[in-house]
Amino acid sequence: MSAGHAASSTATPLLVVREKMPLIALAGQPNVGKSTLFNLLTGLNQHVGNWPGKTVERREGSFNFDDHQFGLVDLPGTYSLTANSPEEVIAREFILRERPDIVVAVVNAASLERSLYLVAELVTLPAPVIVALNMMDVAEHEGIHVESEVLEAALGIPVVPMSATRSTGAHELLGIICKTLDGDLPNAPRQPEIRADHLALLKETSRIIAGHVPDPYPCEWVALKLLEGDAEITHLMQGTLPEEKRQAVKNLLRQHDDALLAVASGRYEWIERMVRAAVARPKKGQVSWTNQIDTWATHPIGGLLILAGILGSVFWLTFTVGSPLQNWLDTRVVGGLSNWLGQLLAGYPFWLKGLIVDGVLGGAGAVITFLPIMVIFFAAFGLLEDTGYMARAAYVMDNLMHMMGLHGKSFLPLFLGFGCNVPAIMGTRVIDSKPARFLTILIAPLVPCTARMAVVAFLAPAFFGPKALLVSWSLVLLSMITLVISGVALNKIIFKGQRSAFIMEMPLYHLPNLRTIGLLVWQRSLSFVKKAGTNILAMAVAVWILSTLPNGDFGSSYLVQFGKWVAPVGRWMGLDWRLTVALITSFPAKENAIATMGVLFGSSPNGGLAQTLTATYSSASALSFLVVTMLFIPCMATVAAIRQETNSWGWTLLSIALFLAISIAAGSVVYHLALLLRL
Amino acid sequence: MRAMQIPLAELPVDQQATIVRFSNGLAETNRLVSLGFTPGAEIDMAQNYGRGPLIVTVRGARVALGRREANKIMVERRAEK
Repeated sequence: MSAGHAASSTATPLLVVREKMPLIALAGQPNVGKSTLFNLLTGLNQHVGNWPGKTVERREGSFNFDDHQFGLVDLPGTYSLTANSPEEVIAREFILRERPDIVVAVVNAASLERSLYLVAELVTLPAPVIVALNMMDVAEHEGIHVESEVLEAALGIPVVPMSATRSTGAHELLGIICKTLDGDLPNAPRQPEIRADHLALLKETSRIIAGHVPDPYPCEWVALKLLEGDAEITHLMQGTLPEEKRQAVKNLLRQHDDALLAVASGRYEWIERMVRAAVARPKKGQVSWTNQIDTWATHPIGGLLILAGILGSVFWLTFTVGSPLQNWLDTRVVGGLSNWLGQLLAGYPFWLKGLIVDGVLGGAGAVITFLPIMVIFFAAFGLLEDTGYMARAAYVMDNLMHMMGLHGKSFLPLFLGFGCNVPAIMGTRVIDSKPARFLTILIAPLVPCTARMAVVAFLAPAFFGPKALLVSWSLVLLSMITLVISGVALNKIIFKGQRSAFIMEMPLYHLPNLRTIGLLVWQRSLSFVKKAGTNILAMAVAVWILSTLPNGDFGSSYLVQFGKWVAPVGRWMGLDWRLTVALITSFPAKENAIATMGVLFGSSPNGGLAQTLTATYSSASALSFLVVTMLFIPCMATVAAIRQETNSWGWTLLSIALFLAISIAAGSVVYHLALLLRL
Repeated sequence: MRAMQIPLAELPVDQQATIVRFSNGLAETNRLVSLGFTPGAEIDMAQNYGRGPLIVTVRGARVALGRREANKIMVERRAEK
């Protein structure tokens, strides 16, 4: 156990000698072990939120070392600091505006050249940089040897070798941070330079814009970003430069459209100078661990088989562990609690009992019973991500996902949907482009979740007897076809057919860090319980109120009245008002549909409901009801997750409207087809 | 044999080449350079089945590219001895 963590668990009052708590920022490219280091330093002393106005995760925390408390902010993982995505803008704006006392640049020793690219950008910003040379163990495993002292001497800033997954080097890193803060360590980085043939261009650009660069941007840095064609900075300077200077810069840059490459090449020349003496690479021909696994894991056919095997195991785990646990929680814990509360509140007005038992506990119960499956999916997802396998899964699925204008990374979140749509929506965080992410969120609820399949499992045998299995499979197939069609159509209409380029790092495989995965599961679950939970609770209470008022009787409640009012729409699909009400009540939780039918027909699902239903409805109506159930508005937990992840009611309402339209259209078509075919 | 320029997508597995230029548009170029692709950089083809995405090693790191993206990168194969 590291000193950092041991120290962080002491909650004693701080002996702050410095005027304020020093602020440390962690920067690094994806897959360098930045989160692991963050977790190692802060332990549970961390807070996960969103960057203001963005859907990018913001993690911050604190730790104690040497009787000082430090604030730590985990900047989003980015390959560079050029405005390609919100992450890059967040990272650089934070460094420029919040002025952290130290930026710890986490680099991957196993792919040093690439991960120093971000360092080449960081050293040009006005904050002292310390390099955390992470994943030393992975590098050694791949036969790469890095001499940190040589690298340190070359860079002119401290370099600390470490392995966050093995908790080594953190203590040394903290010592170096303290020394740097106290001014005991030199921090004079060698600056990268633009490729020589463009030096005059950079000087000229700097000269023109000097005096017009707003705070807190350094003039030379802005000139460099203009040369790189950075959209944000170009826009910023267009607003501050006087007309003739704006034209001058424009003309200058137009003559040098390869300036971006000159800047980047300059950085890589700098990197080559830095690593030349410090890194010993394995001899050519030595096949690394990663290479060996990838021969199979990324094989067009073998890779798909491996992926199918892994996903199959996740399913198996869900059904053998998750579902029984979910059942147990539902009947024993939530059921027991509601019986107990019911007796306790027997003497009070009926509405109080109903509100608490059916409304509040009903909603809370939905959240709690979701948890086991959520935890399993989050853990599986975290494990696949942390070992580096996730990128391989995305790679082998890329061809299939192309049809929808998506790429491989969208596949895993969609797959999670088969268990529960909520982790699917939350899992879209792995998709780096916003259009692709939102498109995936929009279509993810079309993946039939276990709760919908439960409704199918009850109704299909009752109506279709031996053909139940065929009907069930057809329903799943219909969902998938609808998903593909919707994906293609939405991509054309909303996202104008734009497809984000498939350029993805394939990280080296490494052993998973259980602590990182554990914290990830904990944070995602907590975030679900807190955010989605409150929404679900509110919606459950609202649904209970609507199903009780005005007379305290379900049969004459507003909800049923509403059901009767919209029944004409239901009739297109062959549904009477009772089935329509059942459909509406499936919103809090899909399996409610059966319970509602039980209430409306006065018979329990265990005794006689199936017979009553088959006696009442035609097969055509039943088929239509099943089709609509599969494609209807997702459950409120999913809607809450969509709201949370898109951070927008507009997208959430669009999604609801979409599923309403799709399900009504599909239900009507299926009903009339079924009538035509005399099913 | 004289060195010749081909799109990266046509480089066979286990062959090395040097990037000559690319025409991927500004946003894509920005992503490519931050992952190590610059003119003059050496590329090693790790996997290429002739269709679908491919994997290359550039500056010591493995990167997957869509075929469309790889077609816009021109490379020069090293002259064979």
